[in-house]
Amino acid sequence: MNIVVCVKQVPDTATERKLRSDDKTLDRDAADGVINELCEYAVEEALRLKEAHGGEVTVLTMGPGKATDTIRKALAMGADKAVHLVDDALHGSDALGTSYALAQTLKKIGFDLVVLGSESTDARTGVLAAMLAERLGVPQLTFSNKVEVNGETITAQRVTDYGYDRVEASLPAVVSVVEKINEPRYPSFKGIMAAKKKPVTTLGIADAEIDASQVGLANSWSEVVDFAAAPPRAAGTIVKDEGDGGVKTADFLASKKFV
Amino acid sequence: MSEILVLVEHVEGQVKKVTLELLTLARKLGAPSAVWAGPGYTAEAQARLAEHGAEKVYVADSADIADHVVAPKAELLAQLATEKSAAAVLVAATAEAKEIAARLAIKLDAGILTDVVGIQDGMVAEHSIFGGGVNVRARVTKGLPIIAVRPNSTPVEPAAGAGAEERVSVAVSDAARAVRVVERVKEEKGARPELTEAAIVVSGGRGVGSAENFSIIEKLADSLGAAVGASRAATDAGWYPHQFQVGQTGKTVSPQLYIAAGISGAIQHRAGMQTAKTIVAINKDPEAPIFELADFGVVGDLHQVVPQLTEEIAKRK
Ligand SMILES: Cc1cc2nc3c(=O)[nH]c(=O)nc-3n(C[C@H](O)[C@H](O)[C@H](O)COP(=O)(O)OP(=O)(O)OC[C@H]3O[C@@H](n4cnc5c(N)ncnc54)[C@H](O)[C@@H]3O)c2cc1C
Repeated sequence: MNIVVCVKQVPDTATERKLRSDDKTLDRDAADGVINELCEYAVEEALRLKEAHGGEVTVLTMGPGKATDTIRKALAMGADKAVHLVDDALHGSDALGTSYALAQTLKKIGFDLVVLGSESTDARTGVLAAMLAERLGVPQLTFSNKVEVNGETITAQRVTDYGYDRVEASLPAVVSVVEKINEPRYPSFKGIMAAKKKPVTTLGIADAEIDASQVGLANSWSEVVDFAAAPPRAAGTIVKDEGDGGVKTADFLASKKFV
Repeated sequence: MSEILVLVEHVEGQVKKVTLELLTLARKLGAPSAVWAGPGYTAEAQARLAEHGAEKVYVADSADIADHVVAPKAELLAQLATEKSAAAVLVAATAEAKEIAARLAIKLDAGILTDVVGIQDGMVAEHSIFGGGVNVRARVTKGLPIIAVRPNSTPVEPAAGAGAEERVSVAVSDAARAVRVVERVKEEKGARPELTEAAIVVSGGRGVGSAENFSIIEKLADSLGAAVGASRAATDAGWYPHQFQVGQTGKTVSPQLYIAAGISGAIQHRAGMQTAKTIVAINKDPEAPIFELADFGVVGDLHQVVPQLTEEIAKRK
């Protein structure tokens, strides 16, 4: 099975994240870049499927030059090779532009299964997998906490508010995973060393037959009008429990008409 | 006035509160048309939508829509948006509705804004990003705006609309039927309100200590008619199911009141609850970052404070 796992580099959620004042896009230099956490679960799931069914795992990332750190991390976990889509023309692409660029690249490199994290920690739109499925004309099995492949059939548990839906489709398909699907492995020392020698192909937009008029900030389908730091919350009242903490909390709730 | 399509969220025939919020918002933008997709449509549902301003109610409840996820609903909305020359499409910012909106955006070659907390004149949308730290205003620049609005971000205001029912038949494509739902598994939900819709949420974290101890969180929640949430430390430990996780990789909630017990207030947790109107924290560590957000906080042992609070609320009822 030819599995492609899409990974994204995001600013570390533990550091202060900013938008750039010039073009109002994410400031990727202000914070450390790390692999989006849910992408680690996607890589892990891809590796497990490969271990069960054979084949190859290719990492695909779209992002600036420094995203190579993220590629190395996925390769160190055990992916076989990587494709890095990098081009200045892609800067500032919104979800529609990004999904278009990734879909074009996926058509170019071929796949039986595409695996993604269900959401990134920076944009948090949760739409990319659905967009890729729509653009590629293949089934989407998204928000999965369990995935099984049996011949040409793929089954997944789609997490819902009330439990889950068991969904089924035929390959090729797009899958997105939630964090309870598995426990991502740590790269071993051997894995880290091996990753340095694994092939990474760099593609620009022309190589992937991406139409420049469909990507980049200027061609986005939406724009940021302005932004500002949220006003800080007013300081609250903090009391120490002296055996009456529950009563005092009830008093506060009553003052706010909650009880 | 142009039509604003509002995708109805419903469970077992009941219209969810977020839909009434969307209809309230839609009235400011044009003439709201509710779109009911899937089973369970009734005259009561129609009346409820009309009471909140729906001028039209489009109903598509064929098996094609019920038995497949996401894609057929996107085809339905695309068909309606084109036929009716809609000026915008509003959906709730839930996982499925955002995916429907995503596919719709591609079909219509139109821009999409997700996790919106308000809509101003000129269809300028307000977002709260980076865990509530930054407020952004954005707008769609190509095609009709497709906007996913976070539940609980607008108060519901009733206003009568005509609520004229119109049956819609969609020719669902083979591609949209490619994913079949073979089984719907409903886990015990109990009588509590749904997490993202609840006016009050009581959450427990690592400080709760065990799965059994979550009963003290549940008792407090029940005394307030609240939903129960959990931090990732609590769901990772298996003390509470994952679908109740609040935060960066869980649910985002904006209740009137959020009570955090035994939760430190890590940035990833804050990302899911920072827009709550009132925040109460109970934590034994006076340095816990959750106190920076709290309108009211108690430094103490939640095993003492929470049961006392539950008892006190019962007394005052
Ligand atoms: C990419 C990423 C995504 C994440 N997504 C989420 C998410 O969606 N949601 C989420 O919650 N976290 C998320 N996290 C994890 C987050 O960083 C924290 O680890 C987590 O929120 C901690 O949960 P906690 O506050 O319950 O536990 P802790 O941080 O361990 O805090 C426990 C608190 O309980 C207090 N306490 C202990 N005993 C008592 C007692 N008897 N009485 C009163 N107080 C007591 C302690 O003082 C402490 O403050 C994510 C992390 C990453 C890296």
